[in-house]
Amino acid sequence: MILRVSRYRPGVDAEPVFQEYEVPDRADWAILDALNHVKDAVDGTLSFRWSCRMGICGSCGMNVNGEPKLTCGTFLTDYTGPVTVEPLRGFPVIRDLVVDIDPFLANLSKVSPWLIREGEEPDSEYAQTPEQLEAYKQYSMCINCMLCYSACPVYVLDPDFLGPAAIALAQRYNLDSRDMGDRFDVLSAEEGVWGCTFVGECTSACPKHVDPAEAIQRYKLTAALRSVLPFTRRRP
Amino acid sequence: MSPLRRRAEPYLWLLFGGGGVVSAMTLPALVLILGVLVPLGVLAEPDLTALLSNVLVRLALVALVLLALFHAAHRIRFTTEELLGLARWDRLIALTCYGLALAGTAVTVWILF
Repeated sequence: MILRVSRYRPGVDAEPVFQEYEVPDRADWAILDALNHVKDAVDGTLSFRWSCRMGICGSCGMNVNGEPKLTCGTFLTDYTGPVTVEPLRGFPVIRDLVVDIDPFLANLSKVSPWLIREGEEPDSEYAQTPEQLEAYKQYSMCINCMLCYSACPVYVLDPDFLGPAAIALAQRYNLDSRDMGDRFDVLSAEEGVWGCTFVGECTSACPKHVDPAEAIQRYKLTAALRSVLPFTRRRP
Repeated sequence: MSPLRRRAEPYLWLLFGGGGVVSAMTLPALVLILGVLVPLGVLAEPDLTALLSNVLVRLALVALVLLALFHAAHRIRFTTEELLGLARWDRLIALTCYGLALAGTAVTVWILF
């Protein structure tokens, strides 16, 4: 099996170039195993991020044959012919397959992704019913792998867009019965939910079955009603 | 982006969302009844003139056409801008799309009333 890997070495390459590596076509190998084989046995200068190799850490997202994938969960047997591995689209490339995640982290922090409380500190845990947990649980499964950003044509065209994972994360707290915060100002901005044109690729790309597209459309309804009906503008 | 667009967007999106819901719920039924079952003779041909003499029916039709056209206009606006990379012409494209939707609605009103 041939791996066509995008290489970019600052100071050496003016722009990313492809390099081909021959790797054993093993049925039990994920793309990440093949990359690690290259790194260990063929070319130690190849750089990429990875950690858990089991779809939890969200580090190994790359573009595989043009689609954003977790390389630990995408297998050589899923492909015939050469496999092209590129860095995630929509992010500045630091080196080879490593992208700059600072813009993404900045977007995450914009939505105040924590439980916002007002009033006295509680004496014990905040209890929740199973229904209250179910209301936001799906959105809490996000592993910040950024595949949804790479899949989103709006984000790739306009890096100011808050983006799928950050809005889904905001909804994870908005829909949490313990949260008393209001994220309206950030989310209802032009770069917030209104940037989304409901392409839906974020949901298709998500390896953890979070549905960011749904989160965004649901908040659009909230934001639209609160914008149109002035007396709903501030939530108690 | 302009503050004008930010102020208009919630309204346009509500028309888009409403159009999606109304179209998905009523158009298949209308097409099934008027486009399939009546021509096949399964259902007797309704007296359309009598139906349309009811002002509520005409108002419902105007609402359906308005919402469906605004849904289409919103979708076409963003598909055009993204697929063809024409975002810098947003204002022109938006005016054209929503203008055509308004014109379609006006024609409907003109025909029905």
